[in-house]
Amino acid sequence: MKPRARHSLLTTEGMPRAEVESLFARARLHARGLESGRSVRALEGKVVANLFFEASTRTRLSFERAAKALGADVLNFTAQASSVVKGETLMDTVRNVEAMGVSALVIRHAASGAAHLAARHVRCAVVNAGDGTHAHPSQALLDAFTLHERWGSLEGRTVAILGDVLHSRVARSNLFCLTTLGAHVVFTGPPTLMPAGLEEMGGRLAPSLEAALAEADAVMVLRVQGERQTAGYVPSVREYARLYGLTAERAARLRPGAVVMHPGPVNRGVELAPEVADGPANVILAQVSHGVAVRMAILEACA
Amino acid sequence: MIDPARGVDAVQDVLLRGGHVVATADRPLAADGAREVDVSGLWVCPGFIDLHVHLREPGDEGKETVLSGTRAAVAGGYTAVVAMPNTRPPNDSALVTRLVQERAAAAHLARVWPAGAISKGLAGEEMAELGELAAAGCVCFTDDGRPVMNAGLMRRVLQYARALGRPVMVHEEDLTLSAGGALTEGTQATRLGLLPIPRSAEVSMVARDLVLLEEVGGQLHVAHVSCAESVRLLREAKARGLRVTAEATPHHFTLTDAAVAEWNTDAKMTPPLRGPADVAAVRQGLADGTLDAIATDHAPHGILDKQMPFAEAANGVVGLETALPLTLALVRAGVLSAVRAVQLLSSGPAAAFGLPGGQLLPGGPADVTVVDPAAEWTVEPQHFHSRSRNTPFAGMRMVGRVVHTFVGGRPVFFEGALQKEETA
Repeated sequence: MKPRARHSLLTTEGMPRAEVESLFARARLHARGLESGRSVRALEGKVVANLFFEASTRTRLSFERAAKALGADVLNFTAQASSVVKGETLMDTVRNVEAMGVSALVIRHAASGAAHLAARHVRCAVVNAGDGTHAHPSQALLDAFTLHERWGSLEGRTVAILGDVLHSRVARSNLFCLTTLGAHVVFTGPPTLMPAGLEEMGGRLAPSLEAALAEADAVMVLRVQGERQTAGYVPSVREYARLYGLTAERAARLRPGAVVMHPGPVNRGVELAPEVADGPANVILAQVSHGVAVRMAILEACA
Repeated sequence: MIDPARGVDAVQDVLLRGGHVVATADRPLAADGAREVDVSGLWVCPGFIDLHVHLREPGDEGKETVLSGTRAAVAGGYTAVVAMPNTRPPNDSALVTRLVQERAAAAHLARVWPAGAISKGLAGEEMAELGELAAAGCVCFTDDGRPVMNAGLMRRVLQYARALGRPVMVHEEDLTLSAGGALTEGTQATRLGLLPIPRSAEVSMVARDLVLLEEVGGQLHVAHVSCAESVRLLREAKARGLRVTAEATPHHFTLTDAAVAEWNTDAKMTPPLRGPADVAAVRQGLADGTLDAIATDHAPHGILDKQMPFAEAANGVVGLETALPLTLALVRAGVLSAVRAVQLLSSGPAAAFGLPGGQLLPGGPADVTVVDPAAEWTVEPQHFHSRSRNTPFAGMRMVGRVVHTFVGGRPVFFEGALQKEETA
């Protein structure tokens, strides 16, 4: 077994605040570079491989855009998620791709722990682009960056995370990242989709959806994964929308200046009403454009 | 000598002849032509009996065979093991029972007591031919690895097995509660993004089966108890006089879900590792008699079954070669007396299933395990006699080691090494 690469990004858990803040500083620089069309070609001559064992469009495109903006060559590997991807396939693939002279592997996989498993078997950097229901660190970093750019600091702010926390890697990674930056995180959603131990991990359970929304400076609305994951946990998507969707009426009771976030893609009319998704409080497109800058900072630090 | 069934904890000699214990005495015993083995300072115990071992033969000989499994057994001090029926094909017919018995006779190491399936094909639907299995030598019935979800089947099996005088051993897991789960419900599962297995998956099935047992009689044996609430239910059931026995594994009385750390699949098994309160309750159950036996649930798996994402990795750990020191750790921790520890490894399991041995009674089988309770060593899985290496204890310092194992008077494991076949 080879030692784990020093500059992998596998999780936001335990990530030092200084490291997050220095990533933000670089991301700010990259954001300006993207706007002016003059990016730092920090990865000129290097190769970044996107290994997506689970379907994803925007995360893959975002990483590809980030790598290319830094001057890297990009390899794309996409496996169909129709059949269960076995572990030996994952490891064979990462070892093979590494042998092609790759500096960083960007991995998305349906199984929790897949990025850690890959990182234990390669020497190059591994960037976790989402593993099962475990972690999605680049999403959490870009979410926190979006709030940071808006507020200047997250210290003392309250972020409500609303929805299917049980199956959400975005929720977990955001919890660790946001609390590291001094924010309070409060969870709300169907009780059947609230996993055990959130308090011990640094979060808080809201007594009700209304209570969570009333105290939030930002609401992070989680995506409903269709019938697949919510089946059996809630009676129907329709009832979910009625009881836990961020409707216009609920959004109207948010604190003045509070923002609405979503990792995308949005199920309009389910977890988020169309008028809220497009309303003045939403920062969803800012999240997307910040995503490229933050992923540039991540790749620059890792590859 | 520590012989719990006879209340012996003293310096004694034991004389073995013709496969049987001839005599024990607190004075030197001598006999013409007898070979003398000096074990002063060591513990002479009844041969250990493991009620719960997966030998994997037939079907998964790459993981373990009857030969490699019984090598691991005698190296761990076990003179008899109960072989689980979830082989391929499963032991749901006398044909498979006899195959296992033949392989065990050829290996000529530990005694192998086959366990027969409860249901045909372990499918949990139709009762297997329990009468034929009992006649062929199966010592209990179990679908281990899977629960008996069908309560009607479970009730009828308790009734039917009662007439055959065999216990029904159950893997308690309500699959509708554990579905999709990979780790016990709690912070560790949540932070790793693994779907939880709630304790109720085990506890509710223990409760159901105790209700059925009380109604129809028979003998119930609860495998690998892992939850505090299960221990409480079993304690109350025993106090009410129900015929129930139960076992706990070394991993469940030693480790918590913290051992999974960053997806260590060698700490994945079912039932899963639980929390500190559960570990404490299982230890208490072992100490106060609620639990009758320490059983390893020795479950060998190859690297390919384990080197994959946690949720997809195979369940189970090997245990035959590490059970003794982990049990002795409970003695050093003040949880068990030395006598109780040996009882849980020998006479406890023997009594639970009505097996021969478990004590050094003149006329009984000359199955003896000699232990050095102070020997220190490090777990190096590459040196296991088992064909598999899937242990959560790799690299750990252990105190206590098996020195000699005698089966039917033959030193099959002697001075820490497997012995070549010798004529008795």
